[in-house]
Amino acid sequence: MTTMSDPQRGSFRLSMLLNDTRYRSYTFQFIALLLLIALMAFLGINLVRNLAEAGLNISYDFLGVPAGYDINQTLIDYNSQSSNLRAAVVGIINTLLVAFLACLTATVIGVIAGVARLSKNWLVSKLMSVYVEIFRNIPVLIWILMIYTLMTAVLPAPNAFRGDNATSSMVFDAFAFTNRGVYIPAPVWGPGSMLVVATFILSIAAIFFYRRYAVKLLFETGRLLPTGWPTLAILIVPTLLMFFIMGSPIGLEMPELKGFNFKGGIQIGAPLIALWLALSVYTGAFIAENVRAGIQAISKGQTEAASSLGLRPKRVMNLVVLPQALRVIIPPLISQYLNITKNSSLAIAVGYADITATLGGITLNQTGRAIECVLLLMLFYLTISLSISAIMNVYNNNVSLKER
Amino acid sequence: MNKSVFFGAMTVAGLIAGASAAATLDDVKARGKLNCGVTTGLAGFAAPNASGEWEGFDVAVCRAVAAAVLGDPAAVEFIPTTGKTRFTALASGEIDFLARNTTWTFSRDVDLKFDFIGVNYYDGQGFMVPKSLGVSSAKDLDGATVCIQTGTTTELNLADFFRSNNISYEPVPIETNAEGQQQYLAGACDTYTTDASGLAATRATFEAPGDHIILPEIISKEPLGPLVRHGDNEWGDITRWTLYALIAAEELGVTSANVEEMAASTTNPEVARLLGTEGTLGEMLGLDAAWAKNAIASQGNYGEIFAKNIGEETPIGLARGLNAQWTDGGLMYAPPFR
Repeated sequence: MTTMSDPQRGSFRLSMLLNDTRYRSYTFQFIALLLLIALMAFLGINLVRNLAEAGLNISYDFLGVPAGYDINQTLIDYNSQSSNLRAAVVGIINTLLVAFLACLTATVIGVIAGVARLSKNWLVSKLMSVYVEIFRNIPVLIWILMIYTLMTAVLPAPNAFRGDNATSSMVFDAFAFTNRGVYIPAPVWGPGSMLVVATFILSIAAIFFYRRYAVKLLFETGRLLPTGWPTLAILIVPTLLMFFIMGSPIGLEMPELKGFNFKGGIQIGAPLIALWLALSVYTGAFIAENVRAGIQAISKGQTEAASSLGLRPKRVMNLVVLPQALRVIIPPLISQYLNITKNSSLAIAVGYADITATLGGITLNQTGRAIECVLLLMLFYLTISLSISAIMNVYNNNVSLKER
Repeated sequence: MNKSVFFGAMTVAGLIAGASAAATLDDVKARGKLNCGVTTGLAGFAAPNASGEWEGFDVAVCRAVAAAVLGDPAAVEFIPTTGKTRFTALASGEIDFLARNTTWTFSRDVDLKFDFIGVNYYDGQGFMVPKSLGVSSAKDLDGATVCIQTGTTTELNLADFFRSNNISYEPVPIETNAEGQQQYLAGACDTYTTDASGLAATRATFEAPGDHIILPEIISKEPLGPLVRHGDNEWGDITRWTLYALIAAEELGVTSANVEEMAASTTNPEVARLLGTEGTLGEMLGLDAAWAKNAIASQGNYGEIFAKNIGEETPIGLARGLNAQWTDGGLMYAPPFR
């Protein structure tokens, strides 16, 4: 049995740093910190000294120099005379694009698969188990390469669309599936098209107001307004009316076979599709498990209580189970989103021009500035990952249990 | 005690890191093996044969250096590198010598701190297309999809060529030659571009090489040569003069078949100096007197290496062209051995 008593005042001796349990841990932490700083300093000094010995230096001047190479898929203006910095920005945008698309589809796939895995339907639940087990147990790089190779080997080359007895033809004369990518019609914005777009945005806002009003009405008077068909109507009717009133200002530009490739329309390159699909199905399998865990974490009593109140199974899921399950699902979901963003650096395997391929690949190579480029890359991924986690944490705080 | 061990280890690590910059020759001799960077596989230049042994035009240069330095052409560790990893591998000391059809450019020589020791193949960038495409000139390639190895000079030449001719293209970046071949044959790109010698080597491995043509335009100068790290001039001299020994041997008529006989009975003083029976050239390099003799005996002279690996008798079928001896109207010219 130990008894605690106040230490005698004014009796601190240096030896107490080691002998007194109150100070000992601080002493060791301080020593460990010093050693860590010394190690870092040693590594840093070593790097600088060896670079100096080899006659090299650290310099970011190369960012302003023309890059000299071309990139196949860019969302902003870029040509070979643009600077290395701009090439890096093209890469950043491409990384964000594929990460955003993959997060979206992975979530949809994951939620559906996770819920379906708990289905009472034997076939559905077993199929989902097979999906989850196969996809999460094979490395994502293999999936990326497999989908890409399948695309280039199975889909026809643009040449197959040529001539009178072409072996391939476009779907609805608007979509072309080739081994270089998928070509879809692009919208052409005529005069007055902005009004149509504005109407569409207003309609979406109106849907939110209508739904909020319906809930309010339900709580105040107990009257239940239908939400399904009015939502659809508000979404489509005003926009369609405005479209015809303005005289069809938005046209479509169809892809057309010209020369070696399809021209016009929007091209979604094969590398982007392969990367997007692979990241979605791979991470979707992990998210499915998170969703399943979240739902199973809700005690059965909740479902039974909701059912005994007369709620239908769909309402039980939407109003009782999922809101509680989200608290369990969100934190691991954040790390899945981070995984998608980081795994998108595998783009290099299929020649998709993400930041690792432009700044960390071609620019690094052509300028030879390896350390500078890799430092920038690390900074970029760190920033993006921390931002995603910050945003998702805000959302997590919103859905977490409010203790009153 | 623990602390002193730690600081001791740090000091040693620091010293080693500082000292590794020089004396590649001593490292190689101590190791008993030459670490040589080559391609990941390009028929004729560097590729493992059916029994797993590396052979090819670049491989022969590695083996010649190993024969000159260590007396054994088999004492080579071949390290496959991609266009992207090759310079880091050399700069970090992972390899002693890079023979990977690498283009000699100003910035690689000066800015990246390497020393090109010479040129073993004068090349230029070309385009390969399927005959069925019906293209006869690179200038007809407006709008084409082009497969291109990333991290190479060809990538920049390509951009320059299309820009200066005011035509457009869509690049498909690939990592290795094998990947480029697969993409090209699947029709994912209309044309494959790299050094003309590489195109010929790649085409030779196709099922139906006759269905593909190499367009007449050569859009760049690509002097391909081996390189070493900047700053170790002794090692640079050894490798440079080994390459020149192979080139001079062809000019002087020394072959792998007659090298022993020539060494014993030559009356030509330059041949005698080259083969170490006269003078002290080997000693000046810090090598054996028979350094060049070993290199030539094991690999043959430059002409033999060319004919055996990529010459007109091989599936790759390259003509000597610019790579003939200067006496035959080519650019191969070794300084005097004196």
